[in-house]
Amino acid sequence: MTTRVLVPSGVLGLGFDRTALARGVAMKPDIIAIDGGSTDSGPFSLGAGESKYSRAATKAEWRHLMKARAEAGVPLVIGTSGTCGADATVDWMYDITVELAAELGQSLKIARLYTQQPAERVIEALEAGRVRPLTPAPEVDAEGLRAMTNIVALGGIEQVQAAIETGADVILCGRVTDTATIAALPIARGEAVGGAWHGAKIAECGALCSTNPTSGVILVEFDETGFTVEAMAETALCTPHSVSAHMLYENSDPFQLYEPGGYLDVRGARYTALDKRRVRVEGSEWVKGTYTVKLEGAKEGGFQTTIMAVLRQAHYVAHAQEWADKMHGFLTDQITERMGLTPPDYTLEFRMIGVNGALGALENRAGAPVEVGVLGIVTAQTQAIASEIGKLINPWVLHYPLTEDEELPTFAFPYSPATSNRGALYEFALNHVMELDDPMSAFRIVVTEVK
Amino acid sequence: MATIGEKVLKVRSKNAGPFWITIDIFCGTPEAYAEVSGKLETQRVADLTGTPLQLVKRFDIEDLRVVKLSIPRPVVQGSRDDRDMHGAALAVLIDEMAL
Repeated sequence: MTTRVLVPSGVLGLGFDRTALARGVAMKPDIIAIDGGSTDSGPFSLGAGESKYSRAATKAEWRHLMKARAEAGVPLVIGTSGTCGADATVDWMYDITVELAAELGQSLKIARLYTQQPAERVIEALEAGRVRPLTPAPEVDAEGLRAMTNIVALGGIEQVQAAIETGADVILCGRVTDTATIAALPIARGEAVGGAWHGAKIAECGALCSTNPTSGVILVEFDETGFTVEAMAETALCTPHSVSAHMLYENSDPFQLYEPGGYLDVRGARYTALDKRRVRVEGSEWVKGTYTVKLEGAKEGGFQTTIMAVLRQAHYVAHAQEWADKMHGFLTDQITERMGLTPPDYTLEFRMIGVNGALGALENRAGAPVEVGVLGIVTAQTQAIASEIGKLINPWVLHYPLTEDEELPTFAFPYSPATSNRGALYEFALNHVMELDDPMSAFRIVVTEVK
Repeated sequence: MATIGEKVLKVRSKNAGPFWITIDIFCGTPEAYAEVSGKLETQRVADLTGTPLQLVKRFDIEDLRVVKLSIPRPVVQGSRDDRDMHGAALAVLIDEMAL
């Protein structure tokens, strides 16, 4: 048997070539699978339980995929709905789906796979010794787990398969591994397990495994000995190099990929060009292990207010760090005197954009910038305090003199008010796995029908 | 002295999850690969990124002509002290390093 999985792009919201999608549908896939999230943009999405991508972009692309699903007559599955896969973003994706079903006149069976974890479940597992740290892992205890705003477990093929088995037309997954939505059906149908995970990893970023990454659409055909991958855009070619190089992407180890219940080992994989467009891969192995699921959690790490001044006068540009250090000392005293606050009740940091803004202490080059952006970041326990500190320091960030005997300088503020309240700062707080006896015990599926 | 960037096709760094950064040196030719793989000391990458040597994972992949180095993130992605959410700037340190 063979199982064809159509992957429209690396993530919903980034766009895909519609001609290529039509070509993919014409190839008669058995399922259409797309990823909806990642931790790659940072902890905000999980912390706040919000999608990173706009609702408008998500809905516009999902409309095309829902039409493609109706035409192909196969299930459409999205992994990690709404960037982080929290329950709130699964429901956000559900609302968009229901709206579109009405607009398109589609009757649908929709399955939602929820992967959010109540803190108490994780605490119980932690106390039973069934939560284990990966390297490096933050310290975790019951109190810390209760303080997290959202905790999700990354589902694998077992949970996605259970959702597919409901017979749903559309499957909206919470947090699942990037590969699970692609590997689930081939493995359920008896295709090679190592090949299924490997092909899923190759296709999870869409056409990034081809010579034309932005075209999006990829078709993977799985069978009992391996898989064949082909890009659906005419201009995109899959070559042994483009395909095998994708194992490097966002992987700390290019040969072993850990998934729920084991790991994929591609050291024995052979990549062969079938023709100019298609690559055949065999020899990947699945190594079974204890059934664990990875946990992700985010917590609030304070609230922030920022301020930016641009130094353009040569004297200040040349002494930007010295200026900021001196001002920092002065402002620390002012904040203590006027607000009664001392670090670590808050932190105030100035970053030199144009000097070492991206690398900080790791920067090893010094140039002669024309101007320097001085980004002040205040972090405090509440937004009100951070905002108050921002207002307090504002006049000095505008006028602070480098030397005592000079006229009052004025720097460039790009906007008014000069301060911006950023809201909560979230931090990733878990890099752990949780052991499960029954893969479904930490997950639930809700099925609804819309007409 | 020539930098790594002058010898190879591209140096890329990316997050590999919130706790790791991975650096891929795409050498292009077998000659560039042999030179980079042979001369690049892991210790220097450790020093440049402030990472203890024993935590640097290194893969020399001849088939792809790639040297890959993975390190725990110097600061966790998105935490208060993070300056580079996607870990992309670290590649420049390797690119500009003399071989």
